[in-house]
Amino acid sequence: MSEPAADQDTAPPPARKFGLQSSILFSFAIGGLALSLLLAGATLVLARQQLVDNREGAAAAIATNNASRLSNQLTPESTLESLPSIVDSLTRIEGAQPIVRLNNSWLPGPEIGREDLPLLLRIRVANGAAGQLITEIKGRPHLVIGIPLVAFDADYFEVVDLVDLDDTLRTLQIILGSAAAFTTLMGALVGLWASRRTLRPLRRVGVAAAAIAGGRLDTRLAAIDDPDLDQLTQSFNEMAEALEQRIQRDARFASDVSHELRSPLTTLTSSVSVLEARRHELSERSRTALDLLSGDLSRFSRLVEDLLEISRFDAGAASLDLSGLKVHALLSATLRSLHLEDTALIENQGALDLLVNGDKRRLGRVFSNLFTNALRYGNGISAVVISADLKHVWVAVDDHGPGVMVTEREKIFERFSRGLAGGQRGDDPGSGLGLSMVREDVRLHGGRVWAEDRPDGNVGARFVVELPRFNPDLEDL
Amino acid sequence: MTLRETRILTVEDDERIRTAVRLALEEEGWAVDETATGEDALTAFARQPADVVLIDIMLPGIDGFEVCRNIRRTSDVPIVMVTARDDTHDVVAGLEAGADDYLTKPFAPKELSARIRALLRRARSTDNVPSRIVIDRLELIPDEGVVKVEDKEIHLTRTEFRLLVELAVQPGRVLSREDLLQKVWDYDYFGDGRLVDVHVRRLRTKIEPDPANPRYVITVRGMGYKLQP
Repeated sequence: MSEPAADQDTAPPPARKFGLQSSILFSFAIGGLALSLLLAGATLVLARQQLVDNREGAAAAIATNNASRLSNQLTPESTLESLPSIVDSLTRIEGAQPIVRLNNSWLPGPEIGREDLPLLLRIRVANGAAGQLITEIKGRPHLVIGIPLVAFDADYFEVVDLVDLDDTLRTLQIILGSAAAFTTLMGALVGLWASRRTLRPLRRVGVAAAAIAGGRLDTRLAAIDDPDLDQLTQSFNEMAEALEQRIQRDARFASDVSHELRSPLTTLTSSVSVLEARRHELSERSRTALDLLSGDLSRFSRLVEDLLEISRFDAGAASLDLSGLKVHALLSATLRSLHLEDTALIENQGALDLLVNGDKRRLGRVFSNLFTNALRYGNGISAVVISADLKHVWVAVDDHGPGVMVTEREKIFERFSRGLAGGQRGDDPGSGLGLSMVREDVRLHGGRVWAEDRPDGNVGARFVVELPRFNPDLEDL
Repeated sequence: MTLRETRILTVEDDERIRTAVRLALEEEGWAVDETATGEDALTAFARQPADVVLIDIMLPGIDGFEVCRNIRRTSDVPIVMVTARDDTHDVVAGLEAGADDYLTKPFAPKELSARIRALLRRARSTDNVPSRIVIDRLELIPDEGVVKVEDKEIHLTRTEFRLLVELAVQPGRVLSREDLLQKVWDYDYFGDGRLVDVHVRRLRTKIEPDPANPRYVITVRGMGYKLQP
């Protein structure tokens, strides 16, 4: 089935990228992430500072101590060869290695020699000033402490491997990183909870509004113990109350009007039927007058019924008496009620048992109007086609008429539209309300109706009614 | 049409409608007693029971529902309610008060006659109705119009009885509301399904041990009703 060209409902505005709920959730998550990153960064910097300071202090104390012990044990005659025994006796902290310069010779440490020492420090120490710095040696961070042994032409260096410090810091980084991730997740969860909580009253309002729109006018919001939301609840309920009263008032008015109009019509109908039973007693002129009276009486009755129905649509008081209806049976009964053969009825996909959840009287009127329309303006029905997919049932009514111009396809569904009057047959012009009521009734069922060209290429109009398919196994009546 | 004097009692407060309807019904061959108020109608009915009662819902004094309930207390005469309103409430309330059928004003007298004839049919005119149907503790003797539950005779209106017989002829078979409207009320497809629903409800209160959880007349969702064998 092709899509209707003219009856597309206005597309809803494109959805915002983030709903309120996502916004709240993201705010919480991003806030959590930012805060935890800030905290982790600060912690890391401070911890590093603290660790390095501690290590430096300890290393410097030991190095100073070692330097003075070395100085004490050196004699002017000491040579490079005598140094190792002295150096071995010095205090060694883990990962530290001593390097000693004596005159122009160097005693290297186990892994690190003179060439690894930073030049600036060597010069500074050679000039008689102690110093320390952190530098990269062989790809690893090291603390280098240099102390001149002023009594001799000698310097004492101690190189401390800081890689364990780095490991510690890395571990700390991982811990803090995980903590940040965890905090972000918690933030998101709290955000989810908060947004749910914030939106819950809005959801309830939404559900209630949908219920009212769906016809359950007595829907109210339950009072909740929340001063912030109390106002909303109260306003909503007042609005619902006012709406219900208005609709009931309008409905009552329509009902009163119907009573006032139908009572004289009852007298007229009964009286005319007496005259018709006795038409043989009437003169020729009286009979003609009776026929006019009788014809316009039934037309007037139909018009009153249609107008009452429309006033109920407008008041929002039209109600559905739903039951599972077999589409085929409905159509064939409708055709019979118009004294038409149901041979025009064509089903696709073996649609004999297709059901819609519908109001028999209203749907009967929908198809009765479409069939009458085809007879009156379309030179008769050429086919009535039922088809369906899993969710929809379509009934297409094809006629032999001139078709409906594209520009007219919307207008013909308006009230008192006479767009098709040119091709009219017979002497009953109808109320001019038929198609507008078709549309209202179909909408009431959650369906659509539109006019298009006959799909088989022949001239003629096709009216399509789309209704939601009913599956009794899946839904309640 | 050869009809024995079938008497129709009408209750209608609007004199013009009352007269026009009487004329039309007499033209259709019925004998008509007309009353203008509920009180008059009850008095007239007590004096001489009619074969069919036609009650307008909106009456001064006691309303149509009350008249209907009052008559139902002593009689299972076919009752047709007439309403000029669209309220679903009126229709269902009328049926629950005991009416067998309803019509909306303005009605065609021929349609009213058809309704009356359908209600006056004794039972279904077909042949393949067994003379006795027993389902669990429910016993039906269609020809005599007798229903017994646990050997106790139950009083049903003619319409309720016909409805039960239609369901009981083929126990277990599901009859749609449209089937029942056609068989019991002689309506075409577009008869009002609420007639069936309300009559089933009334029937249940009379024959079911627990009307809320029916043992005999079962609703088949989306399909109709069946008599559980």
